[in-house]
Amino acid sequence: MSKVTGDNEKHPLDAYLRTERLPHIWCPGCGSGLVLNCFIRSLLKSGLNLDKVAVVSGIGCTGRAAGYIRLDSFHTTHGRAIPFATGLKLANPELKVVVFSGDGDLTAIGGNHFIHAARRNIDITVLCVNNFIYGMTGGQLGPTTPLAARTTTTRMGSTEEPFNIPYLAAASGAVYVARWTTAQVRRLEKAITEALLKKGFSLVEVISPCPTYYGRLNKQASGLDTMKYYRSNSVIKPDIDLKYADIKLNGQIVVGKFVDIERPPIPNL
Amino acid sequence: MSGDEACAEGAISAGCRFFAGYPITPATEIAERMSQRLPEVGGIYIQMEDELASMAAVLGASWGGVKAMTATSGPGFSLMMENIGLGLMTETPCVVVNMQRGDPSTGLPTLTGQGDMMQARWGSHGSYGIIALAPNSPQELYDLTIRAFNLSEKYRLPVLIMSELATAHMYEKVVIPPVSEIEITPRRKPTVSPEEYLPYKPDSDLVPPMANAGDGYRFHTTGLTHDERGYPAMSAEAQDKLVRRLVEKVKMNRDKIIELDEDGIDDAEVVVCAYGIPSRVSFRAIERAREEGIKVGMLRLITVWPFPEDRIRQIAGQVKAFIMPEINYGQVVLEVERCAGGMTKTIPVPHMGGGVHTPELILDAIRQAVR
Repeated sequence: MSKVTGDNEKHPLDAYLRTERLPHIWCPGCGSGLVLNCFIRSLLKSGLNLDKVAVVSGIGCTGRAAGYIRLDSFHTTHGRAIPFATGLKLANPELKVVVFSGDGDLTAIGGNHFIHAARRNIDITVLCVNNFIYGMTGGQLGPTTPLAARTTTTRMGSTEEPFNIPYLAAASGAVYVARWTTAQVRRLEKAITEALLKKGFSLVEVISPCPTYYGRLNKQASGLDTMKYYRSNSVIKPDIDLKYADIKLNGQIVVGKFVDIERPPIPNL
Repeated sequence: MSGDEACAEGAISAGCRFFAGYPITPATEIAERMSQRLPEVGGIYIQMEDELASMAAVLGASWGGVKAMTATSGPGFSLMMENIGLGLMTETPCVVVNMQRGDPSTGLPTLTGQGDMMQARWGSHGSYGIIALAPNSPQELYDLTIRAFNLSEKYRLPVLIMSELATAHMYEKVVIPPVSEIEITPRRKPTVSPEEYLPYKPDSDLVPPMANAGDGYRFHTTGLTHDERGYPAMSAEAQDKLVRRLVEKVKMNRDKIIELDEDGIDDAEVVVCAYGIPSRVSFRAIERAREEGIKVGMLRLITVWPFPEDRIRQIAGQVKAFIMPEINYGQVVLEVERCAGGMTKTIPVPHMGGGVHTPELILDAIRQAVR
């Protein structure tokens, strides 16, 4: 890993970023950059050959991550990162293929691909940054928006039950499932490293702040407020029945490594 | 063998080693044959959850360095349009086969049609050049599938094979030549170092060399409008430069892409222009018209897109009419009319699908044209 140089102009991970593309599009207080940072650190820890790592994103704020990392990277269509990654992995099994995208991209428009890739146990790692909202388009209801949360299309509060992503992934057949928030970066880094080295469909859900849209409408005015909420409401329960890992508006967030099992992956080499 | 099987064999001969698809009549037999043949040659077959995923997986596989294809029919083709667009924008070589059936919507799954021809040209949103081939026999499904792979690698785009149920399920003799006689176009790889590589800097024929994932180039690609580095570039200038090139790379190379089959055009009063299965019915109609003393020529479009505008204009100046039988309400005929406009008549002979024209229908149109 790169050493911290003390040079204020340089970030220790600059070598792994397309610095010519900075500043990034993410708002102050957004968690996506933090997850990207953890991801790069995990990649370095994993010992993987970075020439053989490909990052695939869909569309959305988080989906821009593929554009900032200095690796083979694909910014694809909305929802289709997982099937694109499936083709890439099957065509060249030498590659470690990572899907880095948001909750809307992966579990709404891409929901069908998510469950089927987990069912097949395609050997890819999926990082799902869940901010409970569609940020890129300005804060609309998403498949993970907690019941009663306000968005720009649910001004009086959402009336829909959200997806519980770890429960969905585990039920669909994922062999590695973990959830952390951006307030637990070391645990997150460890989980991503484990996921990268796991054979089969591994999923790490990262609960992440969107102060601009989700926070502002739901009494978490700044990214810091959201981080404080994560800190005081996260509960580590690795053995929980995932049915009960759902997230209620401003409620408890169950975190931990929930699933780590063996099942023959595709491709199985 | 059947047209579907010939198509699959053509793909294998062309070096296709990845197939992702979803079962659909009348293209299912291509998937079935590929599921058996690909493992024999070290390739990968996967049945995806839908056609959205199939097309996305094909693009991913192509970037993984493997020649990839899918096969479908109208309803699946509609779903594939999204990622055909991504393939065009990111310049991803691959082949998409559409065995057309009666349409629109679910239409006539077990009866033939040609209603997706304009969708092939314009179906994915936006401006782009496209290549679509129209075989009229199992032999041509074999030959043109190889050509489609070669064109896709040469010009870096998804190439469409627009056939139809009648040819897909037709059984005829197919000659498969020895491997040494099959011409294969390899992928145009970058000749510069990773530091110097610009993934979207084109060569003089407007096509950029392509690195595969894992080659060490660490490139970025996006469906957003991008610059030569492959980075998003949100400006009218970047849009003009990129989209103009996506259109022009096909247009500029059209003489090398367009393939036509012509017969008796030089002294013809009337020319029948057809593609796919109606071209075979036209041969019989033309034979009978010639017996009646009418000078009829045949222009068979083997390449439908890019459209052979120049040749149509040339012929338009010397004939009384074009006759165009299609199994739709009139699609490619609009292009003939556009090019022939002001010079000669264009007579559409539409057939709504479910069956093919009788030779009499086409013969009547020929007689009417010379009357």
